[in-house]
This record gives sequence, C-alpha cells and structure tokens, in this order.
Amino acid sequence: MCGIVGLFLKNKTLEPALGEMLSKMLVTMSARGPDSAGMAIYGASHGDKVKLTLRAEDVTSIDDLVAELSAVLTAPLDVSVRANHFVVAIVRDDEAAALRWLKIHKSELQLVSVGSNMEIYKDVGLPAHVVSEFGLSTMSGSHGIGHTRMATESAITIDGAHPFSTGQDQCLVHNGSLSNHNSIRRNLVREGMTFSTQNDSEVAAGYLTWRMSKGDSLKQSLTSSLDDLDGFFTFVVGTRTGFAVLRDPIACKPAIMAESDDYVAFGSEYRALSVLPAIEKARVFEPEPATVYAWERS
Amino acid sequence: MPTFDLAVTTVRDVNLALHQLTPDTNQTAWQIENPQGKHAIGVGINVPVELEINGHVGYYCAGMNKHASIRIHGNAGTGVAENMMSGTVHVMGDASQSAGATGCGGLLIIDGDASARCGISMKGIDILVKGSIGSMSAFMAQAGNLVVFGDAGDALGDSIYEATIFVRGKVKSLGADCIEKPMTPEDRERLSELLGRAGMEGAAEIDDFRMYGSARELYHFHVDNIANY
Repeated sequence: MCGIVGLFLKNKTLEPALGEMLSKMLVTMSARGPDSAGMAIYGASHGDKVKLTLRAEDVTSIDDLVAELSAVLTAPLDVSVRANHFVVAIVRDDEAAALRWLKIHKSELQLVSVGSNMEIYKDVGLPAHVVSEFGLSTMSGSHGIGHTRMATESAITIDGAHPFSTGQDQCLVHNGSLSNHNSIRRNLVREGMTFSTQNDSEVAAGYLTWRMSKGDSLKQSLTSSLDDLDGFFTFVVGTRTGFAVLRDPIACKPAIMAESDDYVAFGSEYRALSVLPAIEKARVFEPEPATVYAWERS
Repeated sequence: MPTFDLAVTTVRDVNLALHQLTPDTNQTAWQIENPQGKHAIGVGINVPVELEINGHVGYYCAGMNKHASIRIHGNAGTGVAENMMSGTVHVMGDASQSAGATGCGGLLIIDGDASARCGISMKGIDILVKGSIGSMSAFMAQAGNLVVFGDAGDALGDSIYEATIFVRGKVKSLGADCIEKPMTPEDRERLSELLGRAGMEGAAEIDDFRMYGSARELYHFHVDNIANY
C-alpha cells in the first residue's frame, strides 16, 4: 500500500511551520504504511556549504568521527545530530575528499543524502515514532516530502525506506511497484550510475537523476519516464527548487492534491490534507493519470 | 436533527447508530460534521432516512446503501456508493475512482467530476455526473444507466454488457466492444425520466447526448472462433 505526503510552500511566512504540518500529514498515513517512515526536508542552506546526511548505527562515536574527518578537510565542518542521523556541512572543495574518506574509512556509515538544502531522515517503525525520533515537527523549510511504507516486495529495513536520493538535492517517494526496474538499472549502471539497494523505487529516482544530468528539467524527466518505466506508480519528487507529481497511465494508486495561494499539498488520501491550515479554501483535485504536475520556486 | 461530530465520535459508533434504526423510526434526518476524509462513513444503511455529511469524505462512503438519501457536501474518495442497492447518494463536489462501482440500484448524482473507473461493473444503478468522467469508466458494466454531462476519458465502456452510457461531451476513446448506438424513443424516454429523477429536467437537450452500449460481439460465443478453443 504505502502512503505519500508532500508539501510545497508558496507563502514564505509558513516556512517555520513546514515540519509541523508535514508531521501531522505523515502520521495520518500510518494505516497505509506502518513499517517504516521517512522524510526529505528542504531547509536553509549552510552558506555555500554542502550538507551530507549520514546514518550511524552507533552515534556515540560521532565526536571521534568529526575529529577524524576534520583532519582530512581544508575548512572547518559543522555537524548537527538528530537521533541516529547526523548532518555534516562542509565546503564544496572538500566534498570529493570527504566522500572518498567516508567510503574507505567509515563504510559502516550510510550516506543518506547530499545537497545544499535537502536533508533526509528515515527509520523503521510507526510514523509517529519516526516523526518524534527526529523531531520533524521542529524543522523549517520551503518544501518537504514524506513516505510511510508497507513493505510488500522486500524486507522491513531502513534500506527499503523512502525517500530515495540519487542526486544532489533530489529525492523521490513512490507508491506502487515497477516491473522493468532490473533492465533500467542495468542500463543506468552502464551510464555510470551507482545504486545502493535492489529497490525498484531507487531505480526510478536514479532514472530521473540521469535524465536531469542530461539537461532535462524535472518536468521533462518525468514526462520521459512515462515511456521508459513500466509498472504502477505514483511518484512525488523534490529538487532544490522544484516539486512534482506523476501517476502512471492506469492510475491504480491513489492521489489527491490541494493548491491555494499558500501551498501545494499532496496526499495519498484526503485525510492527509485535512490537517492543513485553511484546507477548506484550497482547490482540492485528483491528479490525472499520465500527467506531470510540477511547481518551481522563483 | 441528531448530529454526529466525527472530530469526537468514531465512524464505527456513527455507523452502529445508523444500523440500529428501524424502518419505522421517527428520526429520519441525520447530520454528520467534520468527516475529515475518514473512510466508510454511512456504509450499510438499510432504512429510509436522510443523511447530510458536511465536508469531504474518504473511501467507500455510503457503500451498500439501501433506502437512504445521503448528501455529501464535499468531495468523495474512492468507491462512493459502492454496491448501492437503492436510495440516492448525491456528491456535491468531485468523486474519486470507482464511483458507484458494482451498484445494483438507486441513483448516484455527482455534481463535479468523477475520476477513473466510474460505474465499473455497475449492475443496475443509475449514475448521473454533471462534470466529466475519467478513463475506463463503465468497464464491464452489466445493467443501469451512466449519464455524463461533460466528457469521458479513454476506453469508455470496455467489455460492456447491457448497461447504457449517455455522454453529452467528447469521448476520448471507446473500449473493446463498446459502440455508439442510435437512440430509440424508449432510450430517449429513459434518459428524460432519469434527468427528471435527478432534478435535471430541462438542464440539457436529449438530442445533445450520444448513446453507447455493447456491440455484443465479445461476450457471445461466436462459431467462427471454435478453432481457438
């Protein structure tokens, strides 16, 4: 089944409340996905720095890690910890060196996301538990995407939790299942992409990242996915400045949206939207099958 | 008028109270506030009461309805009035997928649009949509009438049996074995009666509608196909 929520703010004064709104939306979708939950938050940038979101099984050693990593870098780093995830902000010039060092010396850490604005948090357990574990309701930002997972095709692990990120500041959540993900993955690997799971949704994310790396806009990349990806899907996708929704041509998976002067919101069910402020004044509509809906921040 | 507030009462308790009503009840007018998209509101009512639901509802609202007249002042999620037996369900906003699915009787009115698979496998229900309907509507529809004031999406009436579809707007494409048919005086009479029953008499000219139904080539055994078995 799975539940998806997404919120793209048009009214900047609502940005401090993004996490609070997204938390409420995510918890309403618990019945659709009680196994794991995750969210991507597009918050403030750290100056010109790039943020690496990492997950550690053992967070007690973070101080040691920061000390060791600092020795490799040319400029000071900033670190913030939320439960078993932590965000390291480093200067762009250090990015390649830091990623290489982490891969060689800290292979037990998982790199969840990289980006100037985006941070991703995910864990197994009920959405309400995951939301409070990371303090989602205290986060601010311009847009965010959340997912509650009911595992049907693979085990209940953090690896299977959404959102998936395969490019800087890019993320995707998926409700459905793809039938040609293995052949698409093989093609993308030939193109030089790497994948960290066997999950079909990660392939969808990788496909869009690949298209955008070839110069497609977010909207163009989703339009071409209609030709190349086979299966059932409702995707909600985020980029640093964009937010988009796509359903497959059969539209098997549910979707409902709301748009007002203040926000664009997505939910698998209207219940997820009912918790939003002034929802009764928003235009509520069901996205059409095989139609890309995309918004960009100016 | 007895009122339930779903912000404080559970759907289960509301439905239980409605199920306990007897056909001779004096409490014939009911109201539900704050539905907030909850599922299965007003399912399985079996008495001639009037129920007003003030807000958007989730999945399967008014499913299996018998005798009751239910009005939803908002949008409805998947499967509104699913398997309705009799009575009336009126959605004043849009309806999501599979509106009126497998309905055996009664009347479903949708003021806005209905999305994919409206009237899928309908078995005698009448459905009137003032807006447009999505793709694969009236799939395998067996009996009853689907009337659409707006447009219809792809594959209308795919594998249809003996239901009838009337569309005033454009049909994007017809499904397998669904064809346009000339309207007989009886068909015109049936459409006119249905518009009257939905309070839409005079809202549209009968001549503006085109009628679609089964070519009956898919579900009848055809001797030329014997070699395929």
